[in-house]
Amino acid sequence: MNREPVVIIGAGPSGLAAAAALAPHTPVLVLEREAQAGGIPRHCAHQGFGLRDLHRSLSGPAYAQRLVRAALDAGVRIETRTMVTGWASADALEVTGPGGRRTVSADAIVLATGARERARAARRIPGDRPAGVYTTGQLQQAVHLHHQGVGTRAVIVGAEAVSWSAVLTLREAGCAVVGLVTRHERPDAYAPMARLGSLALHVGVRTSTEVTAVLGHGRVTGVEVADRRTGAREVIACDTVVFTGDWIPDHELARLAGLMMDAGTRGPAVDTALRTSQPHVFAVGNLVHPVDTADVAALDGRHVVHAVRTRLAGLAPLAAPVPIVAEAPFTWVAPSLMRPGDIAPARGRLLLWSDALVPVPRVVVRQDGRVLARQRLPWPAAPGRVFRVPWSMLGAVRGDGGPVSVSLG
Amino acid sequence: MSVVADVAIIGAGLIGAAIARELAGQDLDIVLIEARNDVGDGTSKANTAILHTGFDATPGTLEARLVRRGYALWQEYAARTGVPVERTGALLVAWDEEQQAALPTLQAKAEANGYLATRIVDAGTVYAMVPDLGPGALAGLTVPDESIMCSWSAAIAMATEAVLRGVRLELECRVDGATVLADHTVLHTSRGDIATRWVVNAAGLAGDTVDALFGHDRFHLHPRRGELLVFDKLARPKAPVIVLPVPSKVGKGVLVSPTIYGNVMLGPTADDIEDRAATGTTEAGFAFLLERGRRIMPSLLDEEVTTAYAGLRAAHDRDDFVIEADAAQRYVVAGCIRSTGLTASLAVGEEVLERMRAAGFTCTPRAVLPEPPQVPNLGEAGLRPYEDEARIAADPAYGEIVCFCERVTAGEIRDALDATIPARDLGGLRRRTRAQNGRCQGFFCGAAVRAALEGRGAR
Repeated sequence: MNREPVVIIGAGPSGLAAAAALAPHTPVLVLEREAQAGGIPRHCAHQGFGLRDLHRSLSGPAYAQRLVRAALDAGVRIETRTMVTGWASADALEVTGPGGRRTVSADAIVLATGARERARAARRIPGDRPAGVYTTGQLQQAVHLHHQGVGTRAVIVGAEAVSWSAVLTLREAGCAVVGLVTRHERPDAYAPMARLGSLALHVGVRTSTEVTAVLGHGRVTGVEVADRRTGAREVIACDTVVFTGDWIPDHELARLAGLMMDAGTRGPAVDTALRTSQPHVFAVGNLVHPVDTADVAALDGRHVVHAVRTRLAGLAPLAAPVPIVAEAPFTWVAPSLMRPGDIAPARGRLLLWSDALVPVPRVVVRQDGRVLARQRLPWPAAPGRVFRVPWSMLGAVRGDGGPVSVSLG
Repeated sequence: MSVVADVAIIGAGLIGAAIARELAGQDLDIVLIEARNDVGDGTSKANTAILHTGFDATPGTLEARLVRRGYALWQEYAARTGVPVERTGALLVAWDEEQQAALPTLQAKAEANGYLATRIVDAGTVYAMVPDLGPGALAGLTVPDESIMCSWSAAIAMATEAVLRGVRLELECRVDGATVLADHTVLHTSRGDIATRWVVNAAGLAGDTVDALFGHDRFHLHPRRGELLVFDKLARPKAPVIVLPVPSKVGKGVLVSPTIYGNVMLGPTADDIEDRAATGTTEAGFAFLLERGRRIMPSLLDEEVTTAYAGLRAAHDRDDFVIEADAAQRYVVAGCIRSTGLTASLAVGEEVLERMRAAGFTCTPRAVLPEPPQVPNLGEAGLRPYEDEARIAADPAYGEIVCFCERVTAGEIRDALDATIPARDLGGLRRRTRAQNGRCQGFFCGAAVRAALEGRGAR
């Protein structure tokens, strides 16, 4: 068994950024199950990657390449086609790759396993199991990595940023887009994106609409949709349906480790320094906030350096954490733990996910029945994207107090 | 076709494959005819995949006898071929007083079937066995030898052995008519005529249609749709045993069972329908299963659903298997075989040969038979290639995981495409390797798996 100071699981933006930032201080091994490092951006052809971390706009593949290069330049070892399949013990990983099956133990383990879109069955949408049903991830890989054909007429389920990415991918594959459907009353993506999308791409969004069945046997022939306001049902003919968004973290290793999980994100619960409930295990990126943009995930990677280095230096654990709780319409908050005297979260922001559109949100922070802060934020809370709250709003939290709630008032 | 085969078997599901394998132990020219493009691709593939002791069969029936015999045969055959079987045991849970009162009757029935290991247990024991059960269980009956298995590998192992023993497998070959002549029969199929001395009807859901081609009208089949929800592997510890309902007059029974692949299954529903192709799940089915699941094991519903599917069982108007030989037409039917047919399959093979002999069919055992095939282990409890250090060292393709959720390697996908009965499409590959059956349903591996298939000219 080899012993490593730091093993990072996952070579997406958060894992690669963590690796590059840690490598000047300590040897780092990154294990990646895919054939290429780079994570999800590898198959996102559109621009807009790297704004917050690299201060430029790149295509997904170019961004992924840059992160890989930066990690390698910093001396990081990246093993691809190498999958961590489980835990041999609390600090040792079972690893399979073409080079063999082995156990790797480490002083610090950073989980950067990302998130995926829920598949059709997980969304409990009935029907037979015809070909032509995709998630965006599968669609992008089919088109951009494997140059496979898709269908000719697609319906996209969801209307968030990733849904428009699916529109672009279908365009490239020569597949017409019949439309986007969302259960929400308003398109979920940034208003400018939805407007631009419908103007430039001539694709409309059907709001308050739920998919109730996938039709077809061998191949998709359509989807049945229901209007949530009237209950009226209708069939939209198509041969391809793409389920977008509805993210769930790839949390298997976190759960198998017995980490304390967050019921909202369904990823491991982390504190502001990205520590999990086990002192030598850390979690970053969309595993803990499913999902934010790739650059925010990468900045998480840089942020975890403090906690990992503190751990490697053998410093004592901090005081017990105070939970942070998201109230409706928020479905999760990350991080969901804070410790008195600890560092602020990555980018000084608390991340939340809203299930409803609130154009002018007034955020209220409470602890033990007292209002600690109340602030109107100049950006909307909207489904399908992360809502950011300045960490300064939690400045008055008492370390010996009860859970802190974040709500709209 | 000018050559007259000795036996044509219609249907390459579990039953047809078992019969073909058994008959191929004799010195015979056999053709196995299947309308679909793979073996075990109809009713067989959506079986609840339980290896039954036969404790609850109706004593004295053919089904009771063949299930009991089949259970014993599978113990040995599974060990020889690598078809995964896990002896988890079952627990029937009584949720009301009527069900509790039925337990001694069920125990007596088990004993009448020669199965003596059941025990009636109190609520405390029930919850000790399955702590995640919902509140309200009053008592239970344990059936320690009920097991879970892989019905896909079962069909593939038996059909592969049949082929290795010389059986000709005709896929995508639908039988539309039959002309019975004096000393042979001509089957009219979508791929031309097939002449044969004897015909065995193992057509499953189409059994009555084929039976009618021979002028019989002895049973009527209709599809009974069973929908199932498969939950994430992380839920597996919640279902250490098969949790069975107590059969009762009111309501259909829904079971919660571990699967051989390491998931948890909730179902099935039971809807009598007309359409023999209606293999889709329904809104009502989902709602029914979730409502039942909430009572039986509420915490199961906190876990992710990995997949949902519907299978069509052949429901019929007879209360037993029908295995009968018609000497005049040299024709045998193996019909009305419900989900217990997985367990009974090997015994059905024996029974068919015996009935044919009784009807005047003569044959002699082959002097030399090939060794049974080894099927890839799809069972979560056994050693999978990705865990097998020696195997990866010998062939690094077994260390290259392509399907992450199910840990299926490039080596296994290659093997499935090169097999004696190769995978011809994604469904066939899924049933041979588990590829793309996992929680991501293709988010990560779908495109790569498709590339592997298309690279080999498959669809």
